Amino acid sequence: MTDTNTGGQGPTPPVSASDRRAGRNRRLRRIAGTLLSLALTLLGLLLVTFIIGRVMPIDPVLKVVGDRATQAQYDAAYQAMGLDQPLVVQFFRYLTEVVTGDFGRSISTGQPVIEDIKHVFPATLELATLGTLIGVSIGVPLGVIAAARRGGIIDQIARVVALVGYSMPIFWLGLMGLLLFYGILGWVGGPGRQGIIYDGMVPHVTGMILVDSLIAGDWAAFRDAFSHIILPASLLGYFSLAYISRMTRSFMLEQLSAEYITTARVKGLSERAVIWRHAFRNISIPLVTVIALSFGSLLEGSVLTEIIFSWPGLGQYITKTLLAGDMNAVLGGTVVVGTCFIGLNLLSDLLYRVLDPRSK
Amino acid sequence: MKHLLTSRAILLASLLAIAPAAYAETPADTLVVAATIDDIITLDPAQAFEFSGIDVTINLYDRLVDFDPTDLEAGFQPSLAESWEVSEDGMSITFTIREGATFHSGNPVRAEDAAWSFQRVVKLNKTPAFILTQFGFTPENVEEKITFEGNKLTLNLDKPYAQSFVLNCLTAGVASIVDKETVMANAEGEDMGNAWLGTNDAGSGAYTLGNWRANEAVQLAAYEDYWQGAPEMKRVIVRNVAESSAQRLLLEQGDIDVARDLTPTDVDAVREVEGLKIDEEPKGRILYMGLSQKNELLSNPAVIEAMKYLVDYEGISNSFLKGIFVPHQSFLPKGYLGALDENPWTYDVEKAKQILADAGIEGGTVTTKIRDLREYIDVAQALQASMAEAGLTLEIEQMTGAQVLDAYRAREVPIFLGEWGPDYSDPNTNAATFAYNPDNSDEAKATGLLAWRNSYAVPTEMGEATEAATLEQDSEKRAEMYKDIQRQYQEEAPIIPLFIRVANTGLQENVENWTTGGTVTNAMYRSVTKGE
Repeated sequence: MTDTNTGGQGPTPPVSASDRRAGRNRRLRRIAGTLLSLALTLLGLLLVTFIIGRVMPIDPVLKVVGDRATQAQYDAAYQAMGLDQPLVVQFFRYLTEVVTGDFGRSISTGQPVIEDIKHVFPATLELATLGTLIGVSIGVPLGVIAAARRGGIIDQIARVVALVGYSMPIFWLGLMGLLLFYGILGWVGGPGRQGIIYDGMVPHVTGMILVDSLIAGDWAAFRDAFSHIILPASLLGYFSLAYISRMTRSFMLEQLSAEYITTARVKGLSERAVIWRHAFRNISIPLVTVIALSFGSLLEGSVLTEIIFSWPGLGQYITKTLLAGDMNAVLGGTVVVGTCFIGLNLLSDLLYRVLDPRSK
Repeated sequence: MKHLLTSRAILLASLLAIAPAAYAETPADTLVVAATIDDIITLDPAQAFEFSGIDVTINLYDRLVDFDPTDLEAGFQPSLAESWEVSEDGMSITFTIREGATFHSGNPVRAEDAAWSFQRVVKLNKTPAFILTQFGFTPENVEEKITFEGNKLTLNLDKPYAQSFVLNCLTAGVASIVDKETVMANAEGEDMGNAWLGTNDAGSGAYTLGNWRANEAVQLAAYEDYWQGAPEMKRVIVRNVAESSAQRLLLEQGDIDVARDLTPTDVDAVREVEGLKIDEEPKGRILYMGLSQKNELLSNPAVIEAMKYLVDYEGISNSFLKGIFVPHQSFLPKGYLGALDENPWTYDVEKAKQILADAGIEGGTVTTKIRDLREYIDVAQALQASMAEAGLTLEIEQMTGAQVLDAYRAREVPIFLGEWGPDYSDPNTNAATFAYNPDNSDEAKATGLLAWRNSYAVPTEMGEATEAATLEQDSEKRAEMYKDIQRQYQEEAPIIPLFIRVANTGLQENVENWTTGGTVTNAMYRSVTKGE
């Protein structure tokens, strides 16, 4: 090592092998830590859901054997489902199966839970993604403008839009939307993910029909799927818009009253530069969290929207199976939702690092 | 601001560009049905026992005897069996299997397949198996009891049952004939193909299974080599649409041909729309009131009698049950052998008060559990009001269907309001549950019997009459026996039939020969045609 090493302002010292190892170990430890907390969170989630499912006064055996079953048939099914075992044993048996990737069979559809989720999750993912895109692309600019022209006409409009979005029952709004855009104007497709003639025509790749029809290069099917998704997605988008625009506005107001903004203005920067380059950049970090949370809540599935639009998604699946006491399905669905939330959290953490220069 | 406007304009323009034509007709050879089909859990005919599940299997499979979809009242007709003969002692029936019918695999339908199908049901012993095992078949004896030789199939019964009883049972979905070769090729372990048949078909019916996506859709395709001729509708698509208003919109827009679950409001609206029509068909499901005999108040004969006069039959069926239920006060639906067309009770609070006063009953309170279905809650609240007038207090706890059913099977529902649908098209299906309960003790755990669930000790002679009616070979006498049982039942039983369901199906005007199967069977698509 030479004297450059002693100078405080010199070029970065060459990293020794042991430092590299330490750095790698730190990263590995961090990844291991993340994975561990992920596993623990999921475990806790499963445990709570499992217990709730078992103390719920709903008998899953009846769903399997039906109302007419004799006591002998009932008992046979009760044992076959392992319900005669103590709760702890049941939970451990379930866990060991889950670890091997076997989520069991749903009693309300008769299919393996994995297969069910492969169908319902892409439907929800597609809807939630488009909904969030709509919510963000309108909500964020609306919030920014509302803050920049506080008290102005756009601010008033944004306030009303958000208020209506918060307070309108989605059930009513969905039906009215269907009646107007589908029933009267005929602009969009009706309930369901696809028109009848396209049903089953697009090969299943991702399960998201918009994506699958693009992969297949089938424009007619894409148009059809788009005409079916646009209304429910706009509806969900509207609700996330209401939330996102309000949050954006309050974040922006906070920034715009800060001293550095006054400085920027005094420097003679254009208003556009002040708002977008300075203030907006600073709110992008909390905004990411808001958007991720809003996306996450849409991924849980919006049950009412799914029912009105006959959208076979995750929300309807979990609700329906829960009411049938179909715990394999509920737990499977919970794992998916839980993983999504954890994933989104990780992602917003990651974006945080990218967006915040201090974290570099 | 400026580019924001342009991007919005682009969004709007692209939205308009992709908008489909306002009125889309379904293809001429395709029948599109919207219904709630989220109850399907399997398509194996030996196991399927849900309304929507049997709606599918009935079309995929044939049975030895079947109903003619265009003439349900004619009763069972030869189907895969072209004829049958009952032995002199009435202990066995021999069927001659039709030549020329084939399964969807191309295999011929043989007596061997029929025998195996029935044996399979008995051995698997899933819920609907009782429809066959009630004739004395057990997993142990079924191979001796059900035999075949050449094109003859013989059922050896344990008692000389009425021919109509046995044959009516053979029209049920569980008695479907499956393709032995195909199913056995897909069997796993000892399951006799149960898992595979859950999502596949091995039938000889007018339709083959395209696919079934749970909670989403069922697609059927016409079987071109069907022995009664290929059906006119080449594709049938049943979509899961839970909301009545969504079904109505789809129907009005021409995106579907049939809407099966319309609420009374939507039925009225559809009637007014040009190009649409409503098909009304009585169904077999009876809405009844069960008074638990474990409850001290409700086990008083005077209270049982008074309760019959506290239901506003006409008022209810003309208001919130309008178009879905009509009054019906006996336990056999119309269209069944021995059905009784007598409704002896009317809404008469004064009479109820008098009955209670004569018996020295001065008030009382009942707390009960009611399923959180709109219809049931409405009926319960109407009952609550009229009971209050007669000095009785009814407290209602709303619960989910599964919760109420659990409590009901545990004999813990004082006043049960709910429906019972027949399991097969013979009067015994209801008689054996309403009017039969040989052991009323808790230990008997006869959870399948409505009489037991209501702790109703059916009088010995009524129970015996119910059994005797299954053995009466003379159909006219048999019908009279059921009428007598029902009259006696109306006199004293604490289980009170109130209404019977009516199916109101919304159809495009050009859809002809649609049937939901009436009171006796399920929806059959092979007769359906679509005109211009």
